[in-house]
Amino acid sequence: MSTQEAFIDNGVNVGALLGAREALTTAPEAAQFRWRATSEWAGGTHTRSVVDKFFGLGQDQQHRQAFLYDTDHPEIFASEDKGSTPVEFVLVGLAGCLTAGIAAVAQNRGIQLRSVSATLEADMDLQGILGIDSDVRNGFSSVKVDYRIDAEASREEIAAIVAQSQKRSAVFDIISNPTDVHVTVSKR
Amino acid sequence: MSRRRSNPPSGRVDVIIIGAGQSGLAMSHFLSARAIEHVVLERGEIANSWQHERWDSLRLLTPNWQSSLPGYHYSGADPDGFMSMPEVVDFIRGYATVSRAPVITGARVSSVQACEPGYRVVSSHGEWRTRAVVVASGAFSTPAVPAISAATPADIVQLTARDYRNPGQLAEGGVLVVGSSASGLQLAHEIQLSGRPVTLAVGEHVRMPRVYRGMDIQHWMHVVGLLDEQYDAVDDIGRARRVPSPQLIGSSPRMTLDLNALQQIGVRVVGRLAAIRDGNAQFSGSLRNVCMLADLKMNRLLERIDAWVNRAADPAVAVPAERFAPTIVSAAPRLGLDLKSGEIRTVIWATGFHPDYSWLKVPVLDHKGRIRHTGGVVDAPGMVVLGLPYLRRRKSSYLHGAEDDARDLSNYLAFYLDSTASRAHIRRAVGQ
Repeated sequence: MSTQEAFIDNGVNVGALLGAREALTTAPEAAQFRWRATSEWAGGTHTRSVVDKFFGLGQDQQHRQAFLYDTDHPEIFASEDKGSTPVEFVLVGLAGCLTAGIAAVAQNRGIQLRSVSATLEADMDLQGILGIDSDVRNGFSSVKVDYRIDAEASREEIAAIVAQSQKRSAVFDIISNPTDVHVTVSKR
Repeated sequence: MSRRRSNPPSGRVDVIIIGAGQSGLAMSHFLSARAIEHVVLERGEIANSWQHERWDSLRLLTPNWQSSLPGYHYSGADPDGFMSMPEVVDFIRGYATVSRAPVITGARVSSVQACEPGYRVVSSHGEWRTRAVVVASGAFSTPAVPAISAATPADIVQLTARDYRNPGQLAEGGVLVVGSSASGLQLAHEIQLSGRPVTLAVGEHVRMPRVYRGMDIQHWMHVVGLLDEQYDAVDDIGRARRVPSPQLIGSSPRMTLDLNALQQIGVRVVGRLAAIRDGNAQFSGSLRNVCMLADLKMNRLLERIDAWVNRAADPAVAVPAERFAPTIVSAAPRLGLDLKSGEIRTVIWATGFHPDYSWLKVPVLDHKGRIRHTGGVVDAPGMVVLGLPYLRRRKSSYLHGAEDDARDLSNYLAFYLDSTASRAHIRRAVGQ
């Protein structure tokens, strides 16, 4: 740890992160995590999802509390708008992942952050999900993220932090690369 | 050129060097200087992979003035030029001759096993017992082709950068080049110029200009000390060893080969090839970020050079500092490509290489098949490895990088042989 790092604090325990990296390099089986959510239809286009338990470090783990999320569609789709749309949740996930990464990378590089705000925009052509035009994909056609960052660093250093955060971001990877999705169903 | 000893090529020897490329020959030089008895076993001919496993137009990425081996330097008329592969082969064979290295050619090693107090080495040309082994069989033996290649439609021809020779061997029509190191960019360049439209899949890469402030970039990498940076002085040596080769080409006249130059001649740049699903190639949406990372890193290198020039106040540097245009990324990079449409006839995997250790029957490989070593000292008594990326220094896998690493590791081996010999001597003396 350099002396510079002793004076900066972005609230991220980089020592713990680096320790975890060290430990998981020698014990790759402990690095195998499984994230979970459960959901229940709540009528109409409204779904309630719960995030509570996950698996990691070789055993079941639990959040400090169960987190509840409502997804729905807006009133212009004749829905009741009891929550954000699922695709907006994807933006929430991306914002959370990239910003956490920025804080961690800045801490590791000894850079004090003062404020980090982002605006996320995703373009989507509804002709895809509505089956109007088979050449239009269902998902986002593009995602734009605009960060405004105040930090004790040069513009280039800040750009490098944001680039490194993207490079190591799980949600950025999930959005930008294909993932195998396996859906099964049973009758109850 | 290779000296065959009069006695049969087998028996006992203090050190066996596996591979007669620049690394093995450099090590032989230092062992000879210490009068340490050794033999160099070479599966083919001296400088075999340089002769047989590279494409026709390839030239070294480093200029001639930089080409050197212990006590042996480039002496031709074109110090700023770049050696072709036949010239590299001549250079290394010339070195083997003047250094009188004890090379046995045509001796393919099929196994190296622990056999106290050393190793048993079985080759197609004799069997040996040795106290120490130098693994100098090269870092670039086996093409590393990703598993997703298995999903490539059957009517598309697949080649690796090792099989590729020249555009003439390719069908007319589109070519997908996967990989954005020096190999991927050089192949994309010459294939596009041959009239076959190239799509280039680009992941993380290292961008740099060929010439900066009037000098070859290798000159700057050398003077600012980058090439000599040591393995134990970098934050994350694992990552440093995985950095792809810089996007450079050795050409006459000198040229910068980057993604902008390729796009100017019509190469279509897409993101990393993430998957092939139902015959569709899917490219990552990370293209913008990998280009941003490469531009930022290039600018940091240029800043380091400028800072050095300012400190040195060298009057020979007459060209002012310069910054290059950011990498152009199209407004909407392609995310998919139908490989069944006939547009793409060939896929070339320029996705890197890994060493071949199938003959190494000593438990020194990690779960990814990489040899476990610290600065070339392998995790087994009396075994060292040479020539891997960033083995001891950033220049380790370059031709001119062999000398310093081989000197260091020959010192280690001399110490090892001395100390084990004296221990054996003591054991004998005390009757154990």
